[in-house]
Amino acid sequence: MHPSKSELEALTEKSKGQKRALIQVLQDIQDRIHWLPAKALEHVARTLGVPLVQVYGVATFYKSFSLEPRGRHVCTVCLGTACHVRGGQALLEHFERKLGIAAGRTTPDGKFTLERVNCLGACALAPLAVIDGHYYGRMSEAKADSVLAGVRKDGDP
Amino acid sequence: MKTKGRPVKSLMYVPPDGKEPVPKMKDIEFFKHQRLIVLRNRGRIDPERIDDYIAYDGYAALARALTEMTPEGIIAEVSAAGLRGRGGAGFPTGAKWAVCRRAPGTPRYLVCNGDEGDPGAFMDRSVLETDPHAVIEGMVIGAKAVGAAKGFLYIRNEYPLALACMETAIGQAREYGLLGTDILGTGFDFDVEVVRGAGAFVSGEETALLASIEGGRAYPRQRPPYPAERGLWGKPTVINNVETWANVPSIIRRGAAWFAGLGTATSKGTKIFSLVGKINNTGLVEVPMGISLREIVYGIGGGIPGGRDFKAVQIGGPSGGCIPKALLDLPVDYESLKSAGGMMGSGGMIVMDEDTCMVDIALYFLRFAGEESCGKCTPCRIGTREMARVLARITKGDGTGDDLIKLESLAPTVKQGSLCGLGQTAPNPVLTTLRYFRDEYEAHIFDKRCPALVCKDLIAFAIDPAACVGCFLCKKACPTGAISGEAGKVHVIDAKACIKCGICLNVCPPKVRAVRKTTPAIAGAAGSPTSSTRAAASPKTGEGR
Repeated sequence: MHPSKSELEALTEKSKGQKRALIQVLQDIQDRIHWLPAKALEHVARTLGVPLVQVYGVATFYKSFSLEPRGRHVCTVCLGTACHVRGGQALLEHFERKLGIAAGRTTPDGKFTLERVNCLGACALAPLAVIDGHYYGRMSEAKADSVLAGVRKDGDP
Repeated sequence: MKTKGRPVKSLMYVPPDGKEPVPKMKDIEFFKHQRLIVLRNRGRIDPERIDDYIAYDGYAALARALTEMTPEGIIAEVSAAGLRGRGGAGFPTGAKWAVCRRAPGTPRYLVCNGDEGDPGAFMDRSVLETDPHAVIEGMVIGAKAVGAAKGFLYIRNEYPLALACMETAIGQAREYGLLGTDILGTGFDFDVEVVRGAGAFVSGEETALLASIEGGRAYPRQRPPYPAERGLWGKPTVINNVETWANVPSIIRRGAAWFAGLGTATSKGTKIFSLVGKINNTGLVEVPMGISLREIVYGIGGGIPGGRDFKAVQIGGPSGGCIPKALLDLPVDYESLKSAGGMMGSGGMIVMDEDTCMVDIALYFLRFAGEESCGKCTPCRIGTREMARVLARITKGDGTGDDLIKLESLAPTVKQGSLCGLGQTAPNPVLTTLRYFRDEYEAHIFDKRCPALVCKDLIAFAIDPAACVGCFLCKKACPTGAISGEAGKVHVIDAKACIKCGICLNVCPPKVRAVRKTTPAIAGAAGSPTSSTRAAASPKTGEGR
C-alpha cells in the first residue's frame, strides 16, 4: 500500500519545519500503512526541513520502522531472557518452519510477516508470541499451529 | 446491591499444595514478604480514574511540596531519604536534582525514562499502567525542586497500554489543575509530554534517550557534562527512571526518616524485581533492599518447578550477571550485587535451573548486546560480536582452550573502550558465568558436551524403547518426518533427519516420557538411535525443559 500525496500531507502538516518531530511523524506513517516507502521519507524530509540522509538514518536505526511492505498478518515472537530460558528460540524456529520464512521477512504472498522482539515485558507469561495484536502466553508449538490455522482460515482483514 | 458480608471462598487463592484457601492477601506466601510502596496501588485503584488515586492520598504530597516546601527543602528531603536511581546505576537522586538546580541556563527540563529495554524486566510497565498518577505527581514535585517547566515521559513503543494510560492520566491531571499553568493556584507552571520510543535498546541510556527526544538517532555521548548540567537542547535536565519518580510522592508524604528506615545502610527503600524464568511464582515483587536472594527465590518465589535444582539467577539484564547457588544468601543491594560481578540494573531477576546452559545464556546476552550496539564505539560494536562468535563456536563444540583466554582478554577492552553503559557492561554476563560456571565452558570445550543438554550441536534426541508405548504423537508432530514406528510398537528417531527442535519431547505424554535428550556417544555425530538410547541410561540425561 502506498500513501497518497494528500494522506502524506495530512500526516506531516502539523509538524512542518519541526526537526524534533521526525520520529513521531515517521511513526504516524508507519502506523497508518505499516511501512515507510521512499516517497514518504522524501516527503517527510521536505516538510520537516531535515536532510534526507538524516531521515534515512533515523528510519534505519530504530527497529519499529520498516522500509519494506509488511504482511497483512504480523507474528511476533518474544526472545526476552525469560522467554529464552523457557524455549522462545525453539518457538521462533517453529514459526519459521510453519511460515517458510526467516525472522524479519514477509511471505511472498504478502500474508505473513514474522518478527522477533527482545522483550515485550510480559515475562511472567513466557514464552510469549503476539499475533495480530493478540498476546498468547505460555505458547507452545501446538498452540501456535492452531492460532496460525485460525488466522489462515479467517482470510484477510 | 445487597451484600451479606460473607467471604466468597471460590474467589480466594488456594496454595498449590494446600487445601484451605487463604482469605487475606497479606497471608499469601507470595505477598507476605513483600513491602509495597511503589506498587501499593496496583490492582487497588482504577488507573484510568484520578479520583481513585486521590482517594488513596494521591496528590497530597504534591500539595504539600507546592504549598509548604521550598525547592531546597524538597531536595533536602529526597537526599535525606537516601533515594537512589532505580534505573540501575543507583546515583543519589537528591544530588542529581541539586546539580540541575544550580546549573546555569534555562529552561530546565525533566525526563522520565520509561524505555524499559532490559529483557526480563517489566516493573516500569506495570507502574505506568497501574498507577500512572504516581509518576506524574513525582515529576511535578521534582519540577518544583529543580525549577523546570516542562517534562517528557519517554515510553518504549513495545508498551502500547502504558502509552495510552499515561495519555489518559495526563489529560485528567490537567483537567484537575494538577498539571499546566498555575498548579493548585500556587503560580507554579509545569506540563509533561509523552514521547513514544521507536524500538532501540540503547535509547534507555540517558544521553541516547535525550538524543532520541530531540528527534535523532539514539546515540549516546560523552559524559561529563552530565545531563543535569547540559541535557536536552543543551539545557540542564534531570532524567530519572519510572520507579524513581514513583517513589518521590511517598517520600514527601511520609517523610525522609520513614523511607530511610527501610533497606540497608547505603541502599534505602524498596526495589521491585520481576521474578521470572524457572520459578513457581512468577511476577513483580517489591521488597526492602537488603533482603537475601534466597528469601526471594524460595520464600516469595516458592522455589523451582518440577523439583529441579536451582542453578543461578540472572540479575540486571544484559548489564548484569549470573549469581550462583553459593551466593544465594547475598543481600540484594547496589553494592553487594556489584561485588558479585552483577548489577542492580532495572531489576530483572531470571531464575535458571539445571536445564539452563550458562554458555548459551552468555551467548544470548552477547548476541543481544551486539545487535543493540549503536555502533558508535568500535570496542562495543566489534568486540561484542567477536565475543559472541567465540561463544557460538564453544556451543557448537568447536571451542579450544584458547577461547577462554580470548574471552577474558576481550572483556576488559570492550568495557574500557566503550562510551556508554551498554558497552561498559556488555561483557558482564560472560565474566560472571566464567567466574562461577567455568566447568560448563570446559565441558563444552574439552568433553564436547553440554551439561544442561541445551546446545543443539552437542545433544541428540532418542526414544527409550522401554518407555515408548507407540502412540504416534511424536511421529505426527515431527516436522521433518524423522520418527518412524507403527502403532503400539517402539518408535525410532533417525538422527540424520532430526533437526533437534524438541517438539517430540514436548508432545510425549508426561506419563510416558519416552523421549530423552542425551549426549551423543561420539561428539558431532549423533550415532545410531539405539546407541543414543543406551546413552540415555548414562548419568547425563535430561527430561523436559
